[in-house]
Amino acid sequence: MNEESQRLPVVTDQDVVRVRQLVRTVAVAVKLSLVDQTKLVTAASELARNTLVYGGGGEVEVTRVHNERRGGIRIVFADQGPGIVDLQLALTDGYTTGGGLGLGLSGARRLVDEFEIDTEVGKGTTITVVKWCR
Amino acid sequence: MPLSPDEAGRFADLLSGHAEPMVARWTELVAANLRGRLSSAELGRQTADLQRAFQQAFAAGATDLGDEAAAELRAQLTELSNHRARQGFTATETAVSVYALKDAALEALGDAANLKDYVAFSGFVDRAALFTFDSYVRVRESLIADQAEQLLELSTPVVKLWEGVVAVPLVGTLDSARAQVVMERLLQTLVDTGSPYAIIDITGVPAVDTQVAQHILKTVVAARLMGADCIISGIRPQIAQTIVALGIEFGDIATKASLADALRHVLHKTGQRSPGAKRTER
Repeated sequence: MNEESQRLPVVTDQDVVRVRQLVRTVAVAVKLSLVDQTKLVTAASELARNTLVYGGGGEVEVTRVHNERRGGIRIVFADQGPGIVDLQLALTDGYTTGGGLGLGLSGARRLVDEFEIDTEVGKGTTITVVKWCR
Repeated sequence: MPLSPDEAGRFADLLSGHAEPMVARWTELVAANLRGRLSSAELGRQTADLQRAFQQAFAAGATDLGDEAAAELRAQLTELSNHRARQGFTATETAVSVYALKDAALEALGDAANLKDYVAFSGFVDRAALFTFDSYVRVRESLIADQAEQLLELSTPVVKLWEGVVAVPLVGTLDSARAQVVMERLLQTLVDTGSPYAIIDITGVPAVDTQVAQHILKTVVAARLMGADCIISGIRPQIAQTIVALGIEFGDIATKASLADALRHVLHKTGQRSPGAKRTER
């Protein structure tokens, strides 16, 4: 099903920039439209920063994926941080524990086609997003 | 193994005696390594200079590269590495320019070579090459430091666009540190110029996420507190759609697609006629 997986650590602010550049490169390679490229890069930027700021650092995996009809990109953001206590609340627009706008997680969900959160308090959080070519 | 004064004298004789074929061979070896990125005439001149410097150092009785007698040679080596580093040659390519002397000398010596002498000579050339390597690294480091400084200088300019209008063209990644610099410079420029209008242009920002948006919003609010009106320009279609999907609201802040639109907007508000407006009226 998948191929060409690329992993990047997310430990510093520069790593978020690197994730953004990698996602953009792969998005161009799978021929996402300019709008979808920008949306995916922005979502990756939000989620990678969450991994860094709230998860205490982690890892990002970018993979080109295919189904019967089209290609796409899957990005997995994984950290071993404190996890999310109230997922419903965390996904509410404007809710933040860190002084941001409170739109990163909820906004990122709107920017991608598939969005999945796997979190456990005290264990960490793994977020998987997929964007398909139109 | 250091060179004895005796050996130094012998090598001085050897280098002056075989000067021409040795320089030719040396140049050939270096040229093969640099693959034609320096003209052979220039390379020949450099090699001849180096050869002469080595010969003079030995003739003056230099037994170690640190000796007083080798001062001229050290200067030559420093100049060579300076030259190579600035022209973008690799460290290996630079060091080889010196190392190649060993092969050239061995060929010139032929069977007459005394192993002990040659090992001592070889050690001297090694130290010369390492010295070249060190100064190459020093030059590259200072080049990088210069560039980093230049980048910081050019990353956040605040320009006066019109009487009473200043603009901040943002380019690249807007992290917290840069956002802070941008805000400080903009606010200071507003005070210095007494401008009532500021345009923040984000054409050069590749992705506007919530952090970037928050930094921009804070800058706008700060400028407003100082009595200046802020316009955000350079919002491309894909950025606009992303901002909508993210759910970021710019409230009552004026936003424009291009810097020209933003300037026209300001001129219209202040009642000044813009160059574009003049043309349509004619």
